[in-house]
Amino acid sequence: MEQQYIDLYKQQHESIKKHSAAVMNDSRDDAFALFEALRFPTVALENYKYTDLKEPLSIDYGLNINRIPIPVNPYEVFQCDVPGIHSYLYFVVNDAFYPVNEPRNKALPKGVIIGSLKEVATTHPELVKNYFGKLSTTKNDGLIAFNGAFAQDGFFMYVPKNVVLDKPVQLVNIMRSDVDFMANSHNLIILEEGAKAQLLVCDHTVDEVHFLSNRVTEVFAGEDATYEHYKLENTHTKTTNLSTLLIDQHPSSNVLANVITLHNGVTRNTIEIDLDGEHCETLLCGMVIGDKNQQVDNFTSIIHNKPNCNSRELFKYVLDGMAKGGFTGKLYVAKDAQKTSAFQTNRNILLNKTAKMRTKPQLEIYADDVKCSHGATIGQLDETAKFYMQSRGIPESEARLLLMFAFTNDVIENIRIPALQDRIKLLVEKRLRGELSKCEGCVICQ
Amino acid sequence: MLEIKNLHANINGKEILKGLDLVVRPGEIHAIMGPNGAGKSTLASVLTGNQTFEVTKGEVTFYGKNLLELTPEDRSREGIFLSFQYPVEIPGVSMVNFMRTALNEHRKYKNMEPLSATDFLRIMREKKTLVEMDNKLANRSVNEGFSGGEKKRNEIFQMAMLEPRLAILDETDSGLDIDALRIVANGVNKLKRPDNASIVITHYQRLLEYIVPDFVHVLYDGRIVKTGGKELALELEDKGYDWIKKEVEENI
Ligand SMILES: Nc1ncnc2c1ncn2[C@@H]1O[C@H](COP(=O)(O)OP(=O)(O)OP(=O)(O)O)[C@@H](O)[C@H]1O
Ligand SMILES: [Mg+2]
Repeated sequence: MEQQYIDLYKQQHESIKKHSAAVMNDSRDDAFALFEALRFPTVALENYKYTDLKEPLSIDYGLNINRIPIPVNPYEVFQCDVPGIHSYLYFVVNDAFYPVNEPRNKALPKGVIIGSLKEVATTHPELVKNYFGKLSTTKNDGLIAFNGAFAQDGFFMYVPKNVVLDKPVQLVNIMRSDVDFMANSHNLIILEEGAKAQLLVCDHTVDEVHFLSNRVTEVFAGEDATYEHYKLENTHTKTTNLSTLLIDQHPSSNVLANVITLHNGVTRNTIEIDLDGEHCETLLCGMVIGDKNQQVDNFTSIIHNKPNCNSRELFKYVLDGMAKGGFTGKLYVAKDAQKTSAFQTNRNILLNKTAKMRTKPQLEIYADDVKCSHGATIGQLDETAKFYMQSRGIPESEARLLLMFAFTNDVIENIRIPALQDRIKLLVEKRLRGELSKCEGCVICQ
Repeated sequence: MLEIKNLHANINGKEILKGLDLVVRPGEIHAIMGPNGAGKSTLASVLTGNQTFEVTKGEVTFYGKNLLELTPEDRSREGIFLSFQYPVEIPGVSMVNFMRTALNEHRKYKNMEPLSATDFLRIMREKKTLVEMDNKLANRSVNEGFSGGEKKRNEIFQMAMLEPRLAILDETDSGLDIDALRIVANGVNKLKRPDNASIVITHYQRLLEYIVPDFVHVLYDGRIVKTGGKELALELEDKGYDWIKKEVEENI
């Protein structure tokens, strides 16, 4: 199934490059060569044991190499899941940055650049060149290589030294197409020394076709920078969402990444956070609510390269139906990364016998003066707690709901934007009640 | 109000209740005493609908209704309350949310409107005062990290909130210091009305000095083998259970 894409690249690489930017094209042929060698990952690979892409990759997707504008008004097709959040608002439709005239975006602090990666790579090539591909091109991963060959645009955000973004930035990815469609996008986020920013990425689908999104996001958190990355996925069951998040932390930077899958088809999150300076703080968390035939695999790595850093990781899954969950928590502590403290927790609830969860901690610790721990559990809802609630008059269904909600609570508490936290609480509750079994305005998930 | 006839119940195929009879009328206080493992908590579990126990024989009616057919939540809404011997911790579920949900479910059952937030908080405040419960506890997750005594006090607080017709207190006194015991007993007495009743399971005569029973029953080997007035509790405390065991054996 790779062959059609290999042929496509060989025939179309000129067009691909023509509709992208030079900085992005520099590494394109190498990425393609790497993809040709690696191919798409299969479950035979250790790192892809829990992500089965055979079916989604057998679909014949269209690509928009020639960047034909998609006729869509994002405001019309998309009802925001998190309205009322005061944010700077941007759209990416499929894999193209979608310019909208948002009055509220005019007030961006001085020096901040937010826009299309393709455009900024043309207008500010020196800036982009210093960062683009620095994290992604070194990875030996078929999906990342594929993205390197085919991605032509994406979202770009630059926050200069000591600038603080006063409001969160909201990036809404909308998948919109009349035919089965594949989107490859590359996001680049740069925070210079002392900068502060919060990014909320929302993934949505609006049409009833099959979508495959293969996205790579590179984040550079400069010295003393503070970055929060929230990803809220609410897509339909015919969506395959392959998302790579690579974060590089400089000394004393503070990063929070919280990835929430509320509804989806097949999801693979590859997340790698490199601690490349001392005194970094990292909190990586996420939750999954899955039912039907949904699949979610969070493959995470936290790499302690330098001493005196703290990382904490927390993932929670609630699975029902025939849902399949996978979690890998790789923790690497380099030989001289002394005084590392790293804690990892993955807890899962299976609501029936057909849902499946596989979890794997993977610790490689080469330093001796460290505090590390990991724990994984797979269980059911606490029956004694349920009975206790029932004995007070609370119906069984409500008791289950309260327990599930309580279970996910500590992930939700790690959302540091209060309005967003409230909103996500509500969405999670709706989802657990089965009221959000399909995304708004879409009919195929029934 | 409550009639138990020839009740048999199993757990994992092992028979625990072996033909238990008991009648409770409005206004009465019944104490149940008996050696460890006799089946006292099992009785409480069966009455509240805990599915881990299987009723194999017998009848239980509550105000004429077949209790055994009701779900645990409906039994609660009908007015049965159990103060658990081992209250359960529920991390992540706040006391406020828990109590509000429970209370509103009770109201729904009686075709009453849900309480407004202000009314609910007012009632909560009143009942907290009644059992002298610390404000901090009410703001935490249900029983999470509560001390043994705090958990017991929380049970009585919940009882005060739900105003049951039949309260079953399963060793609510164990683990309480003297002051707490007095507060808990006081709470129970203040909630007493001529139309409600209590079953007090205890090992100690001490509690019965505060909550004075009309009847004292001895539960032994899955049955009520002896019933007397409040003086029976004193006798048991004095002499232990051996003489009762002997009596039972002689009767066989
Ligand atoms: N979950 C269970 N599995 C197996 N046996 C059980 C279970 N629960 C109770 N039992 C058994 O049932 C019997 C009665 O237990 P129960 O808790 O009703 O006793 P009790 O009279 O309340 O005792 P205590 O005074 O110690 O509280 C005991 O032998 C106990 O071991
Ligand atoms: Mg007991």
